[in-house]
Amino acid sequence: MDYAASFYIIAPELMLTGAALILLLVAAWVRDAAKLATIAAVVALFGATFWTGHLLLDPSFDQGADAFGGLYRMDDFGSVAKLLIYLATIACLVVTPRFFDRRGAYRAEYPVLLLLNAVGMGMMVSAVDLMTLYIGLELSSLSSYVLASFLRDDTKSSEAGLKYFILGALASGIILYGMSLVYGFSGSTQYAGIRLAFADGLSTGALFGVVFVLAGLAFKIAAVPFHMWTPDVYEGAPTPVTAFFASAPKVAAVAMLVRMAIDAFGAQIDAWQQIVIFAAMASIVVGALGAIGQENLKRVLAYSSINNVGFILIGLAAATPSGVSAVLIYLAIYVAMTIGAFVAVLMLRDRDGEQLETFTDIAGLSTVRPALALSVAMLMFSLAGIPPLFGFWGKFVVFQAAVQADMLVLAAIGIAASVIGAFYYIKFVKVMFFDEPVREAEIHSPAGHWVVLGICVLIISPLGYLLTPWLGAIADSAAAALFTVV
Amino acid sequence: MIGIEHYIVVSAILFVLGVVGIFLNRKNIIIILMAIELILLAVNLNLVAFSAFLGDLTGQIFAMFVLAVAASEAAIGLAILVIYFRGRGTIAVDSVDRLKG
Repeated sequence: MDYAASFYIIAPELMLTGAALILLLVAAWVRDAAKLATIAAVVALFGATFWTGHLLLDPSFDQGADAFGGLYRMDDFGSVAKLLIYLATIACLVVTPRFFDRRGAYRAEYPVLLLLNAVGMGMMVSAVDLMTLYIGLELSSLSSYVLASFLRDDTKSSEAGLKYFILGALASGIILYGMSLVYGFSGSTQYAGIRLAFADGLSTGALFGVVFVLAGLAFKIAAVPFHMWTPDVYEGAPTPVTAFFASAPKVAAVAMLVRMAIDAFGAQIDAWQQIVIFAAMASIVVGALGAIGQENLKRVLAYSSINNVGFILIGLAAATPSGVSAVLIYLAIYVAMTIGAFVAVLMLRDRDGEQLETFTDIAGLSTVRPALALSVAMLMFSLAGIPPLFGFWGKFVVFQAAVQADMLVLAAIGIAASVIGAFYYIKFVKVMFFDEPVREAEIHSPAGHWVVLGICVLIISPLGYLLTPWLGAIADSAAAALFTVV
Repeated sequence: MIGIEHYIVVSAILFVLGVVGIFLNRKNIIIILMAIELILLAVNLNLVAFSAFLGDLTGQIFAMFVLAVAASEAAIGLAILVIYFRGRGTIAVDSVDRLKG
């Protein structure tokens, strides 16, 4: 594979990197470039989306292709994950400026950081070498730390950034230590080489390496027992940034974990399967129980994301093509639900422009803002997995994959915990529709917010089921791409 | 004769010291940054030792990347710490308690 072909394959990342670097200069020299930079960043992200879609549909790349001597792999799995990541990033970028503008804190660096984050996430999902993986992971993590503390004058935001940085750096260190052991005991940093070396048994040192890597990755996707940072960071970070954290980086980290588990450690499924099963069960239970008694909406949604990661991990625990396909379907639906939920939280303001962030604040919302209250109700029912809504489909495919892989206990615990989780999702509906209003909510919201919320609600509405054949086919081909490497 | 085991043991000790340093230190956030550096250095020692042991250059190249990333990580960590100090006037670990559930 020559360099020209490699560059053709990584064109989405190149496009985003180029845009980010140019915008960085623009941000440094042009006054008030924030709006311009935001528009340019959205255009660049759309460009990357179209290019990724083109690579996904191009029949000459049906088998995928390696770039740069096997450091980077373009296949259907990576492309599908990247499409989700780019679209989620665009949605988060569109709703951002209004939030910061009210505080006079919107700067052209914000879209630049988001672009660099998108490049890192793209590298994470496409990496087939520990080095590429690490660079992508750090590119994404480092820009995330800055994003979390972007509201510099707000002590909550800087504390969120600090907490995220310390625990994130610790997780990176743990992943890295695991990688060094994996490299030492397999003699290769490439997934194919690791797989080959692990095929005839796993030494104790290599097992330690695998466990360290998985523990660090569990932190990145906020799976129990490494979830402690999530509620704090989600509460403290500015709401548009929280919406971003809960969507795109989660897709990237899950996709990276899946590729690593199936591809690099695929010869030793027994070594990681039990860890993933434990993390899945613990995440579902902690996510469901932890949210009970929380007052802050962003904290509740943080626990909801922990809970959802548990369901996603059930699909991975199955370690079958249908399990991986279920992971991708669940991720797609989850991204729509979580972005919708956070955009709705973003739209909740009182007359003075203060954010409404607690259950008391949104009491009686349905009388003032019926459309918004109805959207939130639909999103919550969908997150709870109640049937006519599309969220049910994600849970269904995941449980189906688990049952096919003979994991009845795991599926049963998942279903039981999702009933407990329904409690706090329904609390939203109870508070909004049946309680007396406490604070007066602002009636108008920016059109951009309505557009994003409208798209999300449309996807999770029963109309979403029209997507199932298409979504299923694309997820199946993506999962197959991961298993044909074998 | 110093073999690969010695290197692994030293790097494991450094790694554990780094992790313990993050959790046991109640005083100062700068110490946490130092502990994070210690973890990354433990990793580098591991990578270089394995690289020499295996006669394979990849580990040393990896160590270079880790060094570069460690530098940028420290830069970002200190920047966030400065913002935090400006807002709160302290960098004691116990002061990081605004966000609680």
